[in-house]
Amino acid sequence: MTAAGASRGATLPIATMLVARRAVLTFLRTPQLVVLGTVQLVGFLMTFRYVFGGAFDTRGGLSYVDFAVPGFVAAGVPFTLIGTAVVMAEDLQRGFVDRLRSLPFPSAAVLAGRVLADGVVLAWSLAIATLTGFAIGFRPHGSVPQALAAFGLCLVFGLAFSWVFITLGLLAGNGQAAQGMAMLVFPLTFGSSAYVPVETMPDWLRAFADNQPVTWMANAVRALTLGDHARRFLGHDAAYYVTGSLVWAVVIMVVFFCLAVARFRRG
Amino acid sequence: MAELTIEACGLVKRFGGKAALAGLDLTVEPGRVVAVLGPNGAGKTTFVRAVATLLRLDGGVLRVAGLDVRRRPEAVRRAIGLAGQFASVEPAMTGRENLEMVARLYGQRARTARAGAADVLERFGLTADADRLARTYSGGMRRKLDLGASLVSRPRLLLLDEPTTGLDPRSRVELWDAIDGLVDQGTDVLLTTQYLDEAERLAGHVVIVDRGRAVASGPPAELKRRVGGSVLEVRARDRADLARIASALAGLGHAEPRVDEATRRVSVGTVEETAARGLAAGLRAVEDAGAEPLEIGVRQPTLEEVFLALTGGETPVTAAGASTGVTR
Repeated sequence: MTAAGASRGATLPIATMLVARRAVLTFLRTPQLVVLGTVQLVGFLMTFRYVFGGAFDTRGGLSYVDFAVPGFVAAGVPFTLIGTAVVMAEDLQRGFVDRLRSLPFPSAAVLAGRVLADGVVLAWSLAIATLTGFAIGFRPHGSVPQALAAFGLCLVFGLAFSWVFITLGLLAGNGQAAQGMAMLVFPLTFGSSAYVPVETMPDWLRAFADNQPVTWMANAVRALTLGDHARRFLGHDAAYYVTGSLVWAVVIMVVFFCLAVARFRRG
Repeated sequence: MAELTIEACGLVKRFGGKAALAGLDLTVEPGRVVAVLGPNGAGKTTFVRAVATLLRLDGGVLRVAGLDVRRRPEAVRRAIGLAGQFASVEPAMTGRENLEMVARLYGQRARTARAGAADVLERFGLTADADRLARTYSGGMRRKLDLGASLVSRPRLLLLDEPTTGLDPRSRVELWDAIDGLVDQGTDVLLTTQYLDEAERLAGHVVIVDRGRAVASGPPAELKRRVGGSVLEVRARDRADLARIASALAGLGHAEPRVDEATRRVSVGTVEETAARGLAAGLRAVEDAGAEPLEIGVRQPTLEEVFLALTGGETPVTAAGASTGVTR
């Protein structure tokens, strides 16, 4: 009657899929998360395009909408994944992580499934942001493979930020604290070239904005989607910005992967 | 004889400088429901988490179904089911989806998982609500679903951490009924609780823990006998009568009566076999002493009283409210 000895436990790929499926379902069935991930992005884009956009100088023949949409898409990556920190903290707090870890599958799947789900959610949000971008007048000037490369780069960047928010969620203790910690996204996105050219910023802020990952990402997406148009404005070619972005992504990923795994193992 | 379901020897676990487990010894024999009874902070949850392979012990030996928790955590996980005090089901999934997910994580094939989930839903009376999201469930239904999720793999050992904390009385009874009969189906149960009545209702064997150690163990009836079956409590009209009432009751119990000046109550565990006899004897003694009680009654001993009797007067950690005699 007891099948205790017989059950082998799920394999890593199957467990990862199951955990990811649950995370995606949670996202789709929790209106607040969907709102956070998508409507907020669309709202931001509309606001900057139509409310603030007129106030920005059009630079080097680049219209503000062409300048801003790639920036929004890049900065939208960390914004979209804020929910990960909140859900992770709540899962931990209400014992859901305990339940998963008491089951006979490799516990790496708990985090791997989360990252996979983040990829799905992110692809969805990027699609929404891109469509909205088209709707408000953005037109790419690069090739199709370059546009796809930009999309892929955003996913890689998302993978890195997924580990950042997993770590914050594991450290926060509860959902509200996680939400608070995730606010670090604001200085990171607004203090970047995502929405406005960094040349307009005071020197001290510019020193930060010039070097931080979101600026590299925003410029890489611009270089890939705008082609020569952007080159004149940005000063370097796509390969330069893509390389810088990838270096940042790898550094962030390695650091936060290690932090998250160490925290998770400690239980 | 088959190997012990749980064999814990000298378990130590420290968080920072504080020892949550300070040399805990505990065994669970096959075919049993064992309750771990103790106040908040006694180490109950830490013990359950250790058995569930969720934390690393600082010392001692812990075997589950003969398997060392440290050396073979994967094998231990195959033998256990865990249901926590926080009802760890996914609110954004239906009851059925929750159960099927857990079953598949245990390694079952999709078809087996579906059938098993349907069985569990039927058994816990959740079939009608199976396809509603768990966040629309009542607290009691969520706990049942949580319990069900820990049973989809027919584990050898079910771990229940404070299964009814925070539930209304009716849901409590329903959950107790659901837990009944698990042993007959081949699942041993280890549950933690702060409630004496719950331990008594569910378990054939109770282990009382305090400050990370087992301080007493035995069948509930035996433990209660050591306290005195029921507690006789007299409330005096006048504070001046307290001493007289206490001395009148002194001959009726195992231990000295406890006097609470603030609430003007005197209580003692009666030696009489039935509560009724205890009450009669108490009333007689108080009247003979010429005191006039405002109230007199018999009740079940509270957890604190069990502690006081078993730990020889040492107050448990959280017994700040002990003087009012409130059971938590």
